[in-house]
Amino acid sequence: MGAEFVQFSLTPILIGMFAAIACALPGNFLILRRQALIGDAISHVVLPGIVVAFLLTGTVAAIPMMIGAAAAAIVAVILIEAVRRLGRIEPGAAMGVVFTTLFAAGVLLLEQSDTSAVHLDVEHALMGNLESLIWLRATGWESLLDPAALAALPPELGRMAVVCALIVALTAIFWRWLKIATFDEGFAQALGIPAAGLGFGLVVTAAIAAVAAFDAVGSIIVIAMFICPPAAARLMTNRLEVQVLWSVAFAALSAVLGYVLAGYGPLWFGAANAVSAAGMIATVSGVILGLACLYAPHRARIGAAREDA
Amino acid sequence: MHRPDLAIAAHDGQALPTDTCPADSPLAVRGLTVSYGEKPAVFSVDATFPARAMSAIIGPNGAGKSTFLKAALGVVPRLSGEVRVFGTPIEKARDRIAYVPQRASVDWDFPATVLDVVQMGLYRRVGLLGRMSGRMRALALDCLGRVGMADFAHRQIGQLSGGQQQRVFLARALAQDADLYLLDEPFAGVDAATERAIIDVLKGLRDAGKSVVAVHHDLSTVRGYFDHAFLINVRRMAEGPVETAFTAETLHATYGGRLATTQIDEVMLSGGAA
Repeated sequence: MGAEFVQFSLTPILIGMFAAIACALPGNFLILRRQALIGDAISHVVLPGIVVAFLLTGTVAAIPMMIGAAAAAIVAVILIEAVRRLGRIEPGAAMGVVFTTLFAAGVLLLEQSDTSAVHLDVEHALMGNLESLIWLRATGWESLLDPAALAALPPELGRMAVVCALIVALTAIFWRWLKIATFDEGFAQALGIPAAGLGFGLVVTAAIAAVAAFDAVGSIIVIAMFICPPAAARLMTNRLEVQVLWSVAFAALSAVLGYVLAGYGPLWFGAANAVSAAGMIATVSGVILGLACLYAPHRARIGAAREDA
Repeated sequence: MHRPDLAIAAHDGQALPTDTCPADSPLAVRGLTVSYGEKPAVFSVDATFPARAMSAIIGPNGAGKSTFLKAALGVVPRLSGEVRVFGTPIEKARDRIAYVPQRASVDWDFPATVLDVVQMGLYRRVGLLGRMSGRMRALALDCLGRVGMADFAHRQIGQLSGGQQQRVFLARALAQDADLYLLDEPFAGVDAATERAIIDVLKGLRDAGKSVVAVHHDLSTVRGYFDHAFLINVRRMAEGPVETAFTAETLHATYGGRLATTQIDEVMLSGGAA
């Protein structure tokens, strides 16, 4: 746990944690609103948007990526409506078709375009490049106080930290609105809470988390973190406040444990190479959800038969 | 804009349609039209609910009762029409309204305790970022006591029976400390003890000078529970004091063939003595 850890593991673990928490927080509300798949959908739809933004601007800067992702989301909404109305196909299927098609189109675009100069390729889109986000200038823990070394931190760390802090702040500020409107939208509207705008804001927040996390850790983590930590957290408690704290803890645990297991786990079993950190983080979050399903204290409530009704 | 002569004419319970909403009515609508698709769910409805009274919104399934209430509250968008709450637009009167949606409209597996839900009724007083003080918490507990649910404050809401859930919703409305209480089918699927408890609370509110408007399904209890009746089947069918507006003729007109003459006779007999 010395210089080598600071150099090669500290920054990827922190970036993974920030990404996981940024996705898990809005995930809590998406799941309770029965919109869990929106997170999945967003992380698919943003790919072609990001690729097109890159082709137009030639950079992987945050603002063009965000605009590209937003434009792709708008195109997706229009396509879903078109498929639903013209094809007379039920909304769930229409969504599934559009998202998968757009993601596939993004992959094709990515293959055909020259992105060799930047970290943007199909594997990166799925798995991110967490392992490469290391802090080479660091010589040990003392580097945390060395301005020259700090200046050489991977830019993804700062970006992800800012997005994570933004999402934590938004969740805290709009907590009461989110809680009331997620439980009882009609009541919230009667109170004068702008429930429709709030629901839209939640999806936009999830999209910001998805785009930021996508850049650093790939879409597999995004999909897993929107759903697994909040779903496991729901099984731990019957109070929203506690659930959200559990989801943050599970997200952070998945990131740390997943990164360590990916780096060292295969070596323990005699394998020569480490496995993808993003893949392992997502797997760990799934295992946590599995354990919560088996052993968590409040697992009986999920899917339990409604009393009368 | 208000013309006092027309307002007075509309207030005697005959509910003469006027072109403006009377200022002294807790809830008045003019020309309210709501449409979900091509067919309107509520068409050009006028209504004037009296103050300090219990009013029932009555009509067959799919007649637009619930839609009417939600549109008046602004919970569903209206195509046209004017809504006045105590003479002002609803945005200025939100603090004076308490709303109880249909119990089945929410997911009771939501991670919240009974007290959490009742405290949602304090939102207008606590605000987005205000602290839920001990005094506010005590107020919420007091509201739970008024519906006989004080012992359940820390239960998860999914563990309650249907009747208990309905009482929690009523306690949340009480926490809003409003002048006008709007309820959507408050007696649907509840046990007899709960129905008794709810009607006692509502009558207590009326006797304290509040106004109550409820979507109501059970025709046999209209006369026993309510002072004012509003019959709707997409359009307004009848409105006035229960004795004059809730009659065999108006029921026939509202329910059409869906209610046999013998059933109407039963309704007329059953409620009469209450």
